[in-house]
Amino acid sequence: MVHFIDRRLNGKNKSAVNRQRFIRRYKQQIKQAVSDAISKRSVTDLHKGESVSIPARDITEPFFHQGQGGIRQRVHPGNDQFSPGDRIPRPQGGGAGSGQGDASADGEGNDDFVFAISKDEYLDLLFEDLALPDLKHNQLDKLVQYKTVRAGYRAEGVPANIDIVRSLRGSLARRIAMSADKKQQLKQAEAELAELEQAAVPDELARRALLEHIAELKQKLAAVPFIDSFDLRFRNYQKKPEPTSKAVMFCLMDVSGSMDQATKEMAKRFYILLYLFLSRSYKNVEVVYIRHHTQAKEVDEQEFFYSQETGGTIVSSALKLMQEIIAKRFDPQEWNIYAAQASDGDNWAEDSPLCAELLARQILPAVRYYAYIEISPRAHQSLWEQYQQLQASQPKLALQQIREVSDIYPVFRELFKKQAA
Amino acid sequence: MSNSALISRACLPDGPDWTFELLASYQQEIARVAAHYQLDTYPNQIEVITAEQMLDAYSSIGMPIGYHHWSYGKKFIQSEQHYKRGYMGLAYEIVINSDPCIAYLMEENTLPMQALVMAHACYGHNSFFKNNYLFRTWTDASSIIDYLVFAKNYVSKCEEKYGIAEVENFLDSCHALMNYGVDRYKRPQKISMAEEQKRQQQREAFLQSQVNELWRTLPAKASTNPTEARFPAEPQENILYFIEKNAPLLQPWQRELVRIVRKISQYFYPQKQTQVMNEGWATFWHYTLLQHLYAEGKLSDRFMLEVLHSHTNVVLQPPYNSKYYSGINPYALGFAIFSDIRRICENPTAEDKAWFPELAGSDWLQSLHFAMQNFKDESFISQYLSPKVMRDFHLFAVTDNSKESSLEVSAIHNAEGYQQIRQLLSAQYNLSQLEPNIQVQQVNLNTDRALTLRYIPHQEIPLGGAIEQVMRHLHRLWGFEVRLEQLQSDGSVQLLARCPEPA
Repeated sequence: MVHFIDRRLNGKNKSAVNRQRFIRRYKQQIKQAVSDAISKRSVTDLHKGESVSIPARDITEPFFHQGQGGIRQRVHPGNDQFSPGDRIPRPQGGGAGSGQGDASADGEGNDDFVFAISKDEYLDLLFEDLALPDLKHNQLDKLVQYKTVRAGYRAEGVPANIDIVRSLRGSLARRIAMSADKKQQLKQAEAELAELEQAAVPDELARRALLEHIAELKQKLAAVPFIDSFDLRFRNYQKKPEPTSKAVMFCLMDVSGSMDQATKEMAKRFYILLYLFLSRSYKNVEVVYIRHHTQAKEVDEQEFFYSQETGGTIVSSALKLMQEIIAKRFDPQEWNIYAAQASDGDNWAEDSPLCAELLARQILPAVRYYAYIEISPRAHQSLWEQYQQLQASQPKLALQQIREVSDIYPVFRELFKKQAA
Repeated sequence: MSNSALISRACLPDGPDWTFELLASYQQEIARVAAHYQLDTYPNQIEVITAEQMLDAYSSIGMPIGYHHWSYGKKFIQSEQHYKRGYMGLAYEIVINSDPCIAYLMEENTLPMQALVMAHACYGHNSFFKNNYLFRTWTDASSIIDYLVFAKNYVSKCEEKYGIAEVENFLDSCHALMNYGVDRYKRPQKISMAEEQKRQQQREAFLQSQVNELWRTLPAKASTNPTEARFPAEPQENILYFIEKNAPLLQPWQRELVRIVRKISQYFYPQKQTQVMNEGWATFWHYTLLQHLYAEGKLSDRFMLEVLHSHTNVVLQPPYNSKYYSGINPYALGFAIFSDIRRICENPTAEDKAWFPELAGSDWLQSLHFAMQNFKDESFISQYLSPKVMRDFHLFAVTDNSKESSLEVSAIHNAEGYQQIRQLLSAQYNLSQLEPNIQVQQVNLNTDRALTLRYIPHQEIPLGGAIEQVMRHLHRLWGFEVRLEQLQSDGSVQLLARCPEPA
């Protein structure tokens, strides 16, 4: 009569499809909400999901219902003071007293529809239509990566790779092959023996011979081993070359004394955005962090974003270091190289022409894209002007200025928007 | 020593944690008592689910399967938000009118809650589904799951063939008119899934091959009587049905989608009409069954206190001036009326004998079953709402005439007011007075094939809602111009909306 079923183990995301459809349908509104939200967020939770609000009027499902007005008669509970014929002033807003008892029937609430999207959905929306510019399939035929894949079975190998099912299948087959014949003989001999014993005058000699034969057969059968090294099968693995295209991203940042905390914060935010974008869009992107004041230093991600330094500014030191690293580790023939530099624009005046020259001669020929972000509300200084001159002849160089936090995301989109193929 | 051993043998373990073995033993006891009270049910299928799965169930109106549509995603996100912020607790159970009757229990419930919920859903609601005349006439419990599977597969097939956006847009339009996809009088057929599929294909072929009245280009015999040309001959209340059969431009698959939406709407129609009765009946029985077990000594005091605590929360009716007031609580009203029927049968007063002469002194169980089987909310209230319940609830009626500046208390719970309150409260559950009365009035066969709907206001209440948008959806379904007109109180007709708007 009654079945108890434990459904708790069933798939969880039964509504996932419908949820995805909802998000797709309201993508435009959600996207707007996401880009509005990005400027309000702090650095560390940039990779979390986001709660998004859409004006409720945009997502209503229209239907006919009764409107306000006309004559309505409603019954309410809890009379504590009224007598028939009493007159009550009309309550405002169709509240508890009368009018629409059923508030949901109004459906005209102005509250926004707020909901949370997951981290993946958030990043999808954030980075939609963006791509690393100018990615070339460098050295595609050079087959730089190997992937280990299964490739059938083999008769020898290390014990860790034994395939139990295959081995036992082999064992079973061998045992059948080695014993079927003897089993048949045994059956036959046993039948003969039984017949012999049924006879009125048992032939003792024949009987003894048969018994001997049976014992021998049984011994042979018992000698067939359950498993033999012959049965063993090992999983075989092969290294399969996989064509890949590799990219490396250089992050250069000025951490000198002229960069105040707020400016650094904005630069960090830009790089975190960049980092999320990279680690999301491309499986194979290496990131090199270089920070500099008067000297440049290659650091890890943690140090890049979270450690403090002071001092003057010599931008060319970072460019030199970058060039050295390229020469040492990232052959432009093999790697797609991208660079993004963030600075407040301050530079030691004599250094700026040197920077421009370094860029023009050494770095720009090697890279696919070089983005320079100046984080400063002030007028441009020497570095920007040098770069700007360079930009006229170098399409790979991009300059953008960020004035305040809310500029970061639009600038980021501007720099990395997918180019028409 | 021996005394305590005796008690522990008689008394079922009282939790608070539940196990499947404990659930089974409680279920067995409840089933025994339910049989004692002649509750006739479908077989039960009890499924334990998590909070997240409960949210899933919410968003698909409690159905275990449904076709994909963004609006269900929206509902899911909405209830998820409300739940996470603590605006709303989840229901302890959801029960589905199917055979076997599927009941979902929340994993978080304590053992007493699970017992309460089993009594409520698996015996209360279940017996209601099986025996109430509306459910017996309008729904077919054995085929609903099959039909939902069919619908889901059909919709995904269409999506593959014609594109998700196309199908979703079309379903949007159907959903906008979902409330007008109901036959109020005709009885739908019971058919199985295999048959449904076969028929679906035949229907497709037939509908397309049929000479459509609307496409007729050869003039029919010149009709001398102009009223004869009217199409449809009578106003049609089931707008989706009318569209499915008559919309000239729909593809076969689109007709089938209209039909699916209409069928599901029809399936839920009885639930809308029996909220008070259904919940009242289930509440009455969880209370009565567990009280019975308690009286037998099967339940511990601790267990019963938790049950009673939940029960009182369920039947709480805040007064009109409370900030928690949101209309009459169907659990409270239904429970009060059913309990009152039992009281009238067992201990009638002079007043009861005057009001319910045939009920007073009769067998309460038979009378109760009769009341459950043969009524819907509207008729149930007008038949069984007693003066005592009106007094207990302190009911009073308020008239709100938008032409006057203040409201008037038209009746209260006194001898002069009983009849009027009973009649007004009954009307409050009359769906045809709650939903705007809109019917297909006419199609211009000979000219532009425009479709005209007519709104007939009840008590001069104007039509609300996003009229323009619904009309656009209707236009998508019909394919030619659509108009909506309103019948005025003086008999004249006023045009409310048309789509497309004349240039």
